[in-house]
Amino acid sequence: MHELSIAESILEAVRKEIADRPGTRPIRVGLRIGELTAVDVDSLTFCFEAVLKGTDWESLRLDARVCLLRRTCNDCSNEFAVVDYNVNCPTCGGGSTKLSSGDELDFDYLEVETDGTPAVKVEGAE
Amino acid sequence: MERLPLKSKVLNENQIVAESLRERFREHGVLCLNLISGPGSGKTALLERTLASLDRATRVCVLTGDIQTDNDARRLAQYGFPVQQITTGGTCHLDGRMIEKHLAAWDLDEIDLLFIENVGNLVCPSSYDLGEASKIVLLSVTEGEDKPLKYPSIFFKSDLFVLTKIDLLPYVPFNADVAEANARLVHPGIEIVRASSTAEGGLDAWLAWLKQRMAQARQDTLAPAGA
Repeated sequence: MHELSIAESILEAVRKEIADRPGTRPIRVGLRIGELTAVDVDSLTFCFEAVLKGTDWESLRLDARVCLLRRTCNDCSNEFAVVDYNVNCPTCGGGSTKLSSGDELDFDYLEVETDGTPAVKVEGAE
Repeated sequence: MERLPLKSKVLNENQIVAESLRERFREHGVLCLNLISGPGSGKTALLERTLASLDRATRVCVLTGDIQTDNDARRLAQYGFPVQQITTGGTCHLDGRMIEKHLAAWDLDEIDLLFIENVGNLVCPSSYDLGEASKIVLLSVTEGEDKPLKYPSIFFKSDLFVLTKIDLLPYVPFNADVAEANARLVHPGIEIVRASSTAEGGLDAWLAWLKQRMAQARQDTLAPAGA
């Protein structure tokens, strides 16, 4: 259940991000989660809702996009989806490939609303 | 509504602590190894036999993590090296701050080798960098040979796979070659040693790996940073 620790880290990062933007409310936080990270999206969503309980941000939503395993061939530069853990390049058959996607646990974006007046740019509100 | 791009990693705070630990380990010439496995794969037994066989001049320390009890620290303290228990009180993994806090009691200049025995768990510890030089995953022959495929994250992130309890191979339906092939599917470059903490000479391959890594760590410390 490291999803609970990760949910707390997400909330902490959102707090930091909007700390210097008064009147701004976070609506949705986007994440990119690689297949290899052993993070379960359903469990993370459940934990995230749990850590938001009793805060002002109960309606804050997670948008977690799962990134599938992909590798890039060192010989022909082809990027391919890995099927059944086969790391060899399907185009040239080369065995020298490196991971290009699948181990990310990254923030993507944060959607915010400023003082209940949507479509107002944060820069304009300052 | 406005969409702000966010570029950081979710576990950025832990990553910052881990990078500062890694730099301190390099500066002080400490080889830090993070041992990870499911509960009962033999992390503590491997460490016990390793401590018992090490030259007394080797300066080794151990941080051992568990959700509850200091049983492992008491087992490991018998060998005369400094050991601290990290009791997480429910958390399923160790994180950088826990390591930082417990290291405050030790002088890094007095340590050559630091073992971190993570909480028994094949999933969660793989997400947390502790500043180690290498993660090491253990799997015993009483588990399934498809574990590397079921828990790819930790096999992907580990530099070494120690297949433990190989003295039991005659008694269990476990194909060691298949387990190793599965680990290599997930992580083609992973190093693999087979080990037994009870058989005579059962740790020879593991100890040879360890000796080689310690020699390499000494060289890296002597070399100027970034060279």
